[in-house]
Order: sequence, then C-alpha cells, then structure tokens
Amino acid sequence: MGAVDLLDHAHEAIKADRFMTLFERPIAPETYALVRFGMGFPALGSPPDGRGILTRLAGPDRIGALLPVISFDAVVNAGRSLRAAQRDQRKGVEGSEAALKEWRVWMRTSFVQNFTTDLARIAETDDPFRERLHRFWANHFTARSRRVHLFAAGAGYAEQAIRPHLNRRFAEMLKAAVTHPFMMVYLDQVGSVGPNSPYGKRRGRGLNENLAREVLELHTLGVGAAYTQADVTQFAELLTGLNFSLKSGARFQNNRAEPGAETVLGKVYGGGRPALADIHAVLEDLARHPATAAHICRKLAAHFVADQPDAGLVAAMTGAYRDTDGELGAVYAAMLDHPAAWRGFGAKVKQPLEFMATSLRALGVRSADLQGIRPNRVRKIMMGTLRRMGQQYQAPPGPDGWPDTQAAWVQPHGMAARIAWAMDAAARAPGTMPDPREFVVDALGDAAGSRLVWAAGAAQNRIEGVGLVLASAEFNRR
Amino acid sequence: MAGLRRRDLLLGACSVAAHPLFSTMTLAAAPWQPRLVVIILRGAMDGLHVVQPYTDPLLAAYRPTLPIGPDSGMLDLDGRFGMHPRLGRLKPLWDSGELGFVHAVSTPYRDKRSHFDGQDLLEAGTAGDVGIAAQRGGWLNRFLQTVPGTVAETAFAVGSDELRVLAGAAPAMRWSPDVDVDLTPQMQQLLSHVYAPDPLFAAAASEGMALASVIDRKELPDLPGGGKREPLAAFAADRLLGETRIAAYSLTGWDTHKGQKGGLGAALDRLQRSILTLQDGLGAVWGKTAVLAMTEFGRTARENGSGGTDHGTGGAMLLAGGALRGGSVFGEWPGLEEADLYARRDLMPTGDVRAYAAWAMRGLYGIDRAALEGAVFPGLDMGRDPGLVA
Repeated sequence: MGAVDLLDHAHEAIKADRFMTLFERPIAPETYALVRFGMGFPALGSPPDGRGILTRLAGPDRIGALLPVISFDAVVNAGRSLRAAQRDQRKGVEGSEAALKEWRVWMRTSFVQNFTTDLARIAETDDPFRERLHRFWANHFTARSRRVHLFAAGAGYAEQAIRPHLNRRFAEMLKAAVTHPFMMVYLDQVGSVGPNSPYGKRRGRGLNENLAREVLELHTLGVGAAYTQADVTQFAELLTGLNFSLKSGARFQNNRAEPGAETVLGKVYGGGRPALADIHAVLEDLARHPATAAHICRKLAAHFVADQPDAGLVAAMTGAYRDTDGELGAVYAAMLDHPAAWRGFGAKVKQPLEFMATSLRALGVRSADLQGIRPNRVRKIMMGTLRRMGQQYQAPPGPDGWPDTQAAWVQPHGMAARIAWAMDAAARAPGTMPDPREFVVDALGDAAGSRLVWAAGAAQNRIEGVGLVLASAEFNRR
Repeated sequence: MAGLRRRDLLLGACSVAAHPLFSTMTLAAAPWQPRLVVIILRGAMDGLHVVQPYTDPLLAAYRPTLPIGPDSGMLDLDGRFGMHPRLGRLKPLWDSGELGFVHAVSTPYRDKRSHFDGQDLLEAGTAGDVGIAAQRGGWLNRFLQTVPGTVAETAFAVGSDELRVLAGAAPAMRWSPDVDVDLTPQMQQLLSHVYAPDPLFAAAASEGMALASVIDRKELPDLPGGGKREPLAAFAADRLLGETRIAAYSLTGWDTHKGQKGGLGAALDRLQRSILTLQDGLGAVWGKTAVLAMTEFGRTARENGSGGTDHGTGGAMLLAGGALRGGSVFGEWPGLEEADLYARRDLMPTGDVRAYAAWAMRGLYGIDRAALEGAVFPGLDMGRDPGLVA
C-alpha cells in the first residue's frame, strides 16, 4: 500500500509546504506521523515509527486486550439486575433497597472505569492511529444512553460494533453499528413497528423513522444526497423487526416486521419472509453508494488533515474506496500517500478527551496511576474538567456527534478550562517533575515554536513551565 | 479591558475577522432593549406544592404528610392560590406586579415521564411527533435566528450543562463560572506571548481570561437582604448589563421522590436567590427584563409512600421581571377531582408552556405570531393573548 516509503514521500511534500503561521518552519514527517495521525509524543518508550502506522493497525489490538472496557453484555446483565431490584423495591421486598443501591454504584463505577480505560489506552499505546480511528468512528456512529439500565454501555458498544471493524470494509462496521442494540435504543428503533405487521395491527402501533433517517443522513449518503422522504419511510419499514429489549436481548421479530417488499433508492428489497438479511442487503448497497464514499472520505480527511481538506486528497481517498468496495485500510493508505496529508501542520485542534489523554501520555501517566485514583475523584476532577472543556464523557449533543472543526473547540470557556487542566495536570503529575526546557522538546519535538521554547524556560517554576507547554496552541493542535 | 485586548489582537492579525468573537467589535449593540432570561428547572418541579391551590380540600387529602396550606407558612397570593414559604423573599415582587405564575401547563410530552426526553422536548420546543434524538437545536436559538443583527454576545448560555434550548445555527456565547483559572500575572503574560502567533487561540484565551474575571464565585458579596448570590445569575446579570439580551441557565434539585419537604425547600431557596441576584445585579435594567422559569413536567397530585411525589404531567411556570405583568396566577385551572386529573393521577395540563414563552417574546420583541408558530415553535397554536407583558 505504499506505506513503506511513506515518510520519504512525506519529506518531499513538506519541502513544498507554504502554509506556516504558528509553525514557522517545515515540520518533520515523523512529527506529522506522531501528532496528526497519532496521539503525540509519549513520555515513555520510543515514539512509534511513522512507517509502521498501517502495519500496526493490521496487527493485533494489543492495548485493547491489555486494557479491556466493561463489555456491553456485562452492562446489559447489570441493567437486568438493576431493573429486577427496582421491581422488588416497588413491591417492598426486603433487601431490595440495598441491591438497588449496589447496582447503581456498579453502573456508575463501570462508567468511570471505562473513562479511565479510554484515557489509559491513549496514554500507553504504541499503536495510536488505532485509537484515533476508534474515536473518529465511534463519533461517526454516535449513540448514547442516559437511562440508568444501559448507562455504562457506551464503551462496550464501540468495542463491539466499531473497534473490530476499523480496518475492514465500511459495510461491516455499518452493519454492526446500525443493528447494534445500543443504536436501536438510541435512535428509537425499539419503538418502530410495521403498521401492517401482526403486532402492529393488534396494538395499533406504527413506524418510527428515526434510525432510517439518520443512517441515510449521517451514517451513509450524507444530508445533501439525492434521497427522498419515500426512501426514508421504505427503509424504516425494512428495518422493522429489528428489536431489542433488556429482557429478551436483540432479536429479529417477524411479527413486528412490515410485510411486503420495500424500495430504497430505486432497488427492491425483501418481499419474502422478513429477515435480517434484507437489512444487511440494503446496508451493503448504501455502503457501496458513491455519495457514501464521498461523504465518508471527506469526513475522514476533514478529521485528520484540515476543516476544508484538499480536494485532491479527498478524491484520492474516494477513488480507493470505490476501487476496493470500501476497504477502509485502502482509504487510510490513500490518505497517507497523498502529499496534502503532509502539509499544513496543526490545522486541526485536539478534542477535549484527546487533549486530556495526550497530556497524560506526554507526562508519562500510566494506567496503574489512573486506576489508583478513587472513582469519585476521577468523576469530580477529570470528568468534571472534561465537561467544562465542552465534551462531557459519553454525552455527545446529538446523533451527529461532536463537532469536528477548529472553531467549535477553540472557544473562551473551553480554552479557560483547557488552561486550568494544563496547570492542574502539571501540578498533579506523578513522579519527578520534568525540566520544562526538556519537556517542551520531549512533548512536541520540532513542533514547539521558538516563543514557547523560550517561555517554558522563563516560567517561574517547573509546574508552570510544564503547564504552559500543555496549554500551548502547539500542544493543542495536530 | 477585554475589548482593548481584542482590538490589539485584531490589529496584529488579518485572518481573525471571520471568528464569531470578533463580530462584537464591528456591530452595534443588539437592536432591542428588553432582556429575556430562561431558567430550565431540571428534574420536574412540583407545581402543586410551589403554587398551592390551598382552598381546595382535595389538596390536603392527596398530600396528608407534606407541609401544605396556611399552617405550613404558605403565603396567600390571591385568596385561591398560595406560594411556598421558601419563595417568601419574592413576595414584594408579587406585590409590585413583578412576579407571576402560570399553572397547569406542560409541554406536549405525555405519558413516558422521562426527565431526559421531557427536558429535550422542553428545550427543543417542538411537539412530540419527531424522534426526540432527531431534534437538534432549541427554540431560543430559533428565536435568535428570526431576529436580524444579532451577534454571538447577544445570547449567553451560562453554566456547564448542555442547554439545548440555545443550541443551533445562531451564534451564542457560552460561559460557566465554574472554571477556576488562578494564574499569576507572569503566567498570564507568558501565555499571551505563546498564543500570539495563533489568532484563534489568542482570541479565545484572552476572552476566556476576561470572562473568568467577571465574577469570582467564591468572593461574591451577599444579597442585600442576606443570603448567597447565585453565581450563574450573577454572571448572567453582568452580561445582560452589556451587549447580551438573552441568557439561559438551568437549576437542578427538583426531583423530589422522597423527603420533598427539605428538598423542594432547598431548590426553591436557590431559585429565589437566583431571581434576587438577577434583580439586584440588573439594577434599572430589571425593569426591562423578563425571567421565565420552566420545568419538563409536574409531579403526581398524590404524595407517594416516602414523603415525596413522582413524575407527573401538568406543572407550573414562574414569571419574574419588571417587563412582565405579574401579580397573577395565569392559566385555566382544571381542578383536582380525580376525574379532572390527567390519567387520574397528575394535574391536567390546560395550557402549553410554549404558548406562554411565545406570548412573552411577542410582547417583549414584537415577533410576528406567524414566525413564533412556524419557525420558533413549529406547529404551535398560541391561542389568545394572556397579557403577560406589561
């Protein structure tokens, strides 16, 4: 895939770079690889080799295995126990109060534990591109739960539906995410019934179009694409039958499925006995659609490279997508092979969780350090800080996920919170406080501007010097 | 101060003009004077306990252990309704026509009684026929979109929760006084030195530092009659004295399933201090201000087995400010007979909170009824004018 001579190629591209303001001189391709396509310079171990980005992604998910999240199924089981305890409590069963409390605490603690796992994976990994892709795709297929029974399930959903498919065909991830129980609950699929199905007729229930609409608008074709309300309705009818309940788990229920064939974007699906295979078929076709290829590739380029990515870069990625039937590895390779991917360093801004985690990575904080903090303190200090930065954990504002532009994240309130975190993280960092004059280079390499290098040495103490580096635009950009 | 710093930055850079922070430099103040403050009361406030229909003996029958009626210290409002004693410091505002209530109101949300869905719908300002997760943006933002000449600073979302009511295409500022950035002057200088080559970071950081110094929540002076000022309200008041015309924030603590006596009292005290903080902070501008405090739904007519109430339907809305015609309990009273209750359990909603918000905006800003019923609250029928605005 050309990954071997990727850095030589990048060196060529960078010589031609004319886009420099904060970064007043050419930035080394190794720095691009670590910062733009990774999680920054690690304090511990040697930085991952830029040439190995795609090789590592194709290999085993070592950090995922080492630092597991609480699985979706474990949360569903806990949710069932919690619901049973609620029922007992209403009936006044003895001991139910204590059981209920216990499961609520379990849910809250698991939520916090998943948060520290997210941070620790980023802080420790030698395969940072995988973490970047995980965050990108989990946001593309945004889902959240605010109800207590599935409260801690967000991380398990992404682990199941997103992470195994980061380097596969887009269609595989699409099928896994859209038919996942967590998505079904989030986008109201669990309330959607074929009006002419046996269940729909008996109970007078009807369609909920939410999931169908968002799949077309957000997950595949994109909002500007040529589809109509009829496509949404027909697609929603095709999705009926797909159901989940805490009690019975995920199932395809024939008696809720709308009978007859449905036409989506001019093609007829189903018509026989309703089945999950019909849903998979339409999702395969949606993944293959040229509008999806263009939408997905532009969004990836805008995430990694620039808010308004180079048209040639997007075209190269879209071509790779089309030629390989949506193999994501080929799309990433096309991005990394394109000169525009190695220009305009720092045109994007780290999102808050990424900023927090990369600062831990730069300070050498390890998983064990994070596990050693009491859950209540993690919640108060770290999750509270994340909320003040504008990215409350597992709480995106809508199904379109977190915004992905510079302007959305560089706002007065969020910036003040970032500065506060930078000072706080420096003050609380475990171990010996690094010398800011060394830290500025260790954490940023040649991306550190001359003003920042000077200021790190001019700070009145080590904590302020290190905090200044973490708060800098250089550290917050990628 | 902040303005000067921003101007310095502007002179030193050329690519910042498109940044919303800078638009305040070039445009005049908002084209209108009235101030609107929307307070979202998260958790479902028990309207029947806050504005008590105490002359109906059914109320006491439904709620045998909750402190209700004249013996509980309730303050009579109009011979029919009485106000919870923990709003007592607002009684002078009632007497001067600067405090009012609307009773038996709700959003179109029904039956499932989920806080989150109820709050989402309250803030979206839509009816329940669109998937709740599909609703992006709030009614206060859509209102801003109907008014030409607004800038980011016209509207302020205060606090660190989501505040969907102000989310959407129209720019709005956001600040929460919960960010503590105690930097030494030397650090501030070093920071502005390192941010200088990056106009976006320089602008946001200098604005952030300026906003952080607007109020110090730990050093706020007590209210004139005693008691702590509410930081969110203190910050909002400061901004509303400047270019800001719309502010929104939320208060929690209303979900009183048990121990309602203490819990509701504490939440109401916070609400009354919030309103007093606005009144005192705004000074003469209070006369041009309307405060609307609304909640996602009411609570059950009957108390439950643990000295509290459960999720209900119809509730109450609080109105305050010199721009409003207070001294009244607005709304059509449905009665408390079991047959008059919604699903034989909740106060029957006879009015839509959105209609009252719409009439307030029509009265304050002269917004077209068509725009209110079409763009701001799609599909709403505002009904007849209740005459909220003085």
